[in-house]
Amino acid sequence: MLTAKKINELERMACQMRMDVVQMGPRSGNVPHIAPAFSCADIVSALYFHFLNVRPEEPRWDERDRFVISKGHGALCVYSALAHRGFFPVDELWKVKQAGAMLQGHPDMKKIPGIDATTGSLGNGISFALGIAAGMRLKGRTGKVYCLLGDGEAQEGIVWEAAMYAAAKKMDNFITILDYNHLQGSGRVDDIIDMEPLPDCWKRFGWRVLEINGNDMREICSALEQAQVFHGGPTLIVAHTIKGKGVSFMEDNNDWHSKQVTDEQCAAAMAELEAQYRALEAEQA
Amino acid sequence: MTFELEKRTSRDIYGDLMLDLAREDPDVVGVTGDSQMMMRMTKMAAEFPDRVFNVGIAEQNAMDMAAGLAAAGLKPFVAGFAPFMTMRACEQLRTFICYPNLNVNVVGGMGALSASTEGVTHMGLEDIGIVRTFPHMVAAAPADAESAYVIGRELYKYAGPTYMKIFKGAVYKVFDRSTYKFEIGKANLLREGTDVTIIANGPLVALSMLACEELAGMGINARLLEMPCVKPIDREAIVAAARDTGLIVTAEDHQIYCGLGSAVTEVLCDEYPVPCVRMGVQDTFAESGDHYDLLKKYGLGTDSIVATVAEAVKTKKK
Repeated sequence: MLTAKKINELERMACQMRMDVVQMGPRSGNVPHIAPAFSCADIVSALYFHFLNVRPEEPRWDERDRFVISKGHGALCVYSALAHRGFFPVDELWKVKQAGAMLQGHPDMKKIPGIDATTGSLGNGISFALGIAAGMRLKGRTGKVYCLLGDGEAQEGIVWEAAMYAAAKKMDNFITILDYNHLQGSGRVDDIIDMEPLPDCWKRFGWRVLEINGNDMREICSALEQAQVFHGGPTLIVAHTIKGKGVSFMEDNNDWHSKQVTDEQCAAAMAELEAQYRALEAEQA
Repeated sequence: MTFELEKRTSRDIYGDLMLDLAREDPDVVGVTGDSQMMMRMTKMAAEFPDRVFNVGIAEQNAMDMAAGLAAAGLKPFVAGFAPFMTMRACEQLRTFICYPNLNVNVVGGMGALSASTEGVTHMGLEDIGIVRTFPHMVAAAPADAESAYVIGRELYKYAGPTYMKIFKGAVYKVFDRSTYKFEIGKANLLREGTDVTIIANGPLVALSMLACEELAGMGINARLLEMPCVKPIDREAIVAAARDTGLIVTAEDHQIYCGLGSAVTEVLCDEYPVPCVRMGVQDTFAESGDHYDLLKKYGLGTDSIVATVAEAVKTKKK
């Protein structure tokens, strides 16, 4: 069980990541995926600032835990987490997606320290992550592989190929977190191809399934703690999230899937996030 | 000159190679989409059950898992039928293996018309053309099973993505593994000649050797280059052939687009333009049948090579 202080620290870091993401668009001049990064910012914060056993000074350390963001378009919050975790200077964030810059439009395992898998083409990340997990198990490594999966992404057939394999082979070093925000590029997941009953299906395949509020740091940490010690099969954490979480006018609003902020919108979003940050600081004090 | 069909197919020999490599290197693993038996990885699986990953009939998952295995420090060989490896799992091969330049060796069985009686669904007539467009990729088309063993070993040593096509059944035995040489990006000169150069790979190597003999009887002195490595291609050998013989004929068991012939003409166009006639499956889907019957039917038998080369030489002399 994490202390209230640690939970607060992780919440503040998630808020910091959201502030970075809002600013990456205008500062780089490139259109960002804001809302997809916001839905999973709390999960990514918990992973990078508590659960992942990684070494920023040695990004390719063999014994590290791995994290694969299969929904690669959510990468901006991961870039922010990596920068604050010390994998590269924070200044890199302001050059995101520019020609010649290190941070690519989607995660690139060869160009970006700390990125364990190239992703962006949906559905493939979970299968890639599963391969890493299989390789780590064969090599007797004790680290875990964490994969963040989008809900719309789970419409891809390969996701189900991987889900069946992971369960059949009892991959208990493999933890998948479903970012269940109910929105995909062109609309509501539930209207396009309803993903229910995905949790039940995976449970029947042989996954251990936990359901949480994916924007609640206590619930995220509690689920990850349980998943870390579970033996006998893979764990799916169904994280019910809100796309655009953290900025009122972006929440559950799919216009913000991929869109640039105006100066006014940037200021308004930053004002909300700064207020949240100050409240978290006050709570801690 | 006569050739005999191999006693053991390239799939059998590939099975031997996997077992040998698995014994030598604990990092070598096999990945298949239920093609373990068809691609003869059963011996390796029997000896090293935890090192052959049969993911079920799910080639895309096989390809991405191989990428992940490579990212975890292993040296995966993914084996399946050529169209499923290069088309069903095409994006996985391009984006998750070639883009991060991972050390994954892909082997496509049922290469081209060798899928024979299986028909079009199982024919990898486009495989080399597809994989050739991916940066970092090394693409090879061996002439027979013995040379496939040697090529497979060399590709294993290359620390990046590779593709090798092999055959379903027996093809004419041309080489012996104890003497065959393969170097990435290098052609093998099989016959010196001055009137024309035939550049061939796959089963067209044996057929071109027979054709050269007939052509010699007709007074045509043909050079023969085996081009097992289509990417990177041996630019130097192609330019030398163009300069020395002034005429090229390419011959491949592959769709006429994007394969060996295209690769050769790209080099000629860039560096030393001379006439070039490309022999391959001429923009059509094939059908079921014996491999050599199909080669003949689609204009790739020895007679066709002789006629095509003789006609090209006649035109050149005008």
